[in-house]
Amino acid sequence: MLNDTQTAEAMTPQITVRDFNFYYGKYHALKNINLDVYRTKVTAFIGPSGCGKSTLLRTMNRMYDLYPDQRAEGTLLLDKTNILDKGIDINYLRSRVGMVFQKPTPFPMSIYDNIAFGVKLQEKLSRAEMDERVEWALKKAALWGEVKDTLNQSGMSLSGGQQQRLCIARAIAVKPEVLLLDEPTSALDPISTMRIEELVTELKDEFTIVIVTHNMQQAARMSDYTAYMYLGELIEFGVTDQIFIKPQKKQTEDYITGRFG
Amino acid sequence: MDIRFKRKLINYFALSMSMIAVAFGLFWLFWILLSVFKLGLGGLNLDLFTKMTPPPGSEGGLLNAIVGSFIHVGLATLIGTPFGVLAGVYLAEYGRYTWLGRSTLFINDILLSAPSIVIGLFVYAVFVARVGHFSALAGIFALALLVIPVVIRTTENMLVLVPNNLREAVYALGTPKWKVITKVTLRASVAGIMTGILLAVARVSGETAPLLFTSLSNQFWTLDLNKPMATLPVTIFKFAMSPFEDWQRMAWAGVFLITLGVLSLNILARVFFRQKHKN
Repeated sequence: MLNDTQTAEAMTPQITVRDFNFYYGKYHALKNINLDVYRTKVTAFIGPSGCGKSTLLRTMNRMYDLYPDQRAEGTLLLDKTNILDKGIDINYLRSRVGMVFQKPTPFPMSIYDNIAFGVKLQEKLSRAEMDERVEWALKKAALWGEVKDTLNQSGMSLSGGQQQRLCIARAIAVKPEVLLLDEPTSALDPISTMRIEELVTELKDEFTIVIVTHNMQQAARMSDYTAYMYLGELIEFGVTDQIFIKPQKKQTEDYITGRFG
Repeated sequence: MDIRFKRKLINYFALSMSMIAVAFGLFWLFWILLSVFKLGLGGLNLDLFTKMTPPPGSEGGLLNAIVGSFIHVGLATLIGTPFGVLAGVYLAEYGRYTWLGRSTLFINDILLSAPSIVIGLFVYAVFVARVGHFSALAGIFALALLVIPVVIRTTENMLVLVPNNLREAVYALGTPKWKVITKVTLRASVAGIMTGILLAVARVSGETAPLLFTSLSNQFWTLDLNKPMATLPVTIFKFAMSPFEDWQRMAWAGVFLITLGVLSLNILARVFFRQKHKN
């Protein structure tokens, strides 16, 4: 049972997006986005390819900073800090907002070091504490049973689905508050996909999760809130059940029922 | 004509043309190797590795030239590699989207294809002419200038080949840039960079033109970098052009040694690269 303060905390958004615009060079990719991401809930971004859902996700950890011609305007609050401010510590931001990508990206090092890499950046742990953390993260990512005897093997030697769970383990090992998932299952087979979906549902007790997906059933199954985007605009945002059962806008309904997109 | 038959015919034609091209290349390569082995093996003996270059008509070896070549190539690589790798890292990781980075890369490509004799004359003008005498140091300087662009290009190439996905994944953990480079992107491309360095070594170990104006040559043993020093390519040049038969035999033996060295370096580079790639 949640007590009152916890309920209240859950209902204050962790990420607040206001009057948000994004540009690739001259191309105006996101237009006046307003949206809230709630604490320890799963928020899904859906929409046809090129609608800007990944772009929006990638602003939440300032991934776009790596590319000089990409630019964001507006307000994007993580708790109370505007993360678009020039002065913020981006490495600290990224330690609070973890990310898992579409393609599994194991680092060219052992499974153990893949997990320990991010932790070492933020904390000084003893060998035993690190062992414990690696085990914790791998267990959370439902990978421990499969790799506990081969922790010294290269992370590249795992299968695609295992690699993706390794990436999830690596992201949560740092103990972030928010987890961004950019189409995390689109490169995986159905069984691996199912395992990752189960995993996300378990993880949402501890992390705020934002997921971009092309798979509408996936959004319906996993998420608490859904945002439907189209051509850089946020068409509709609300509780997932409502979006899927009784959408307010015709455009959303067309997309969800498969008449378009 | 039947379209499928025509397609097959064109395929056969293209295939045989490329096979002929391959055979043409291999023919010369094997001929060169064969004559080098035949003529070089005749001059091969223990004296080659223990005695100094002789005056015509007397006994001797190539020891000073062999050691000189090792000193030249070794030091040039030692000097050139750090510059090349660091500049390559700048071009791929820091300057990739900047005007400075792109123009540097362009100029580097020009330097890469500059005839080595130009480099030799340049070093002669700025170094040898001012100091007033030939020296091994000038030769090493010239060879280093040839190593640098090769290493820059391969380092840059290998780093650019590291997918941006991987780079983003490292940044996404809150990794500072220098750590992204040292711990992941350089590590992911180390095999390719090593190959580039070995190929640069192979290239400069046969260079003659830039040494003619810089190290010149030396009939005698010396380890003094401030003096002219013998190297295999220049000694070969000198001996092969001479009318003395024993000198010519030695030149062939020297050619054999260089060929063997470069060949094994190339094979080493390839094997090294393949093994690393499999992991």
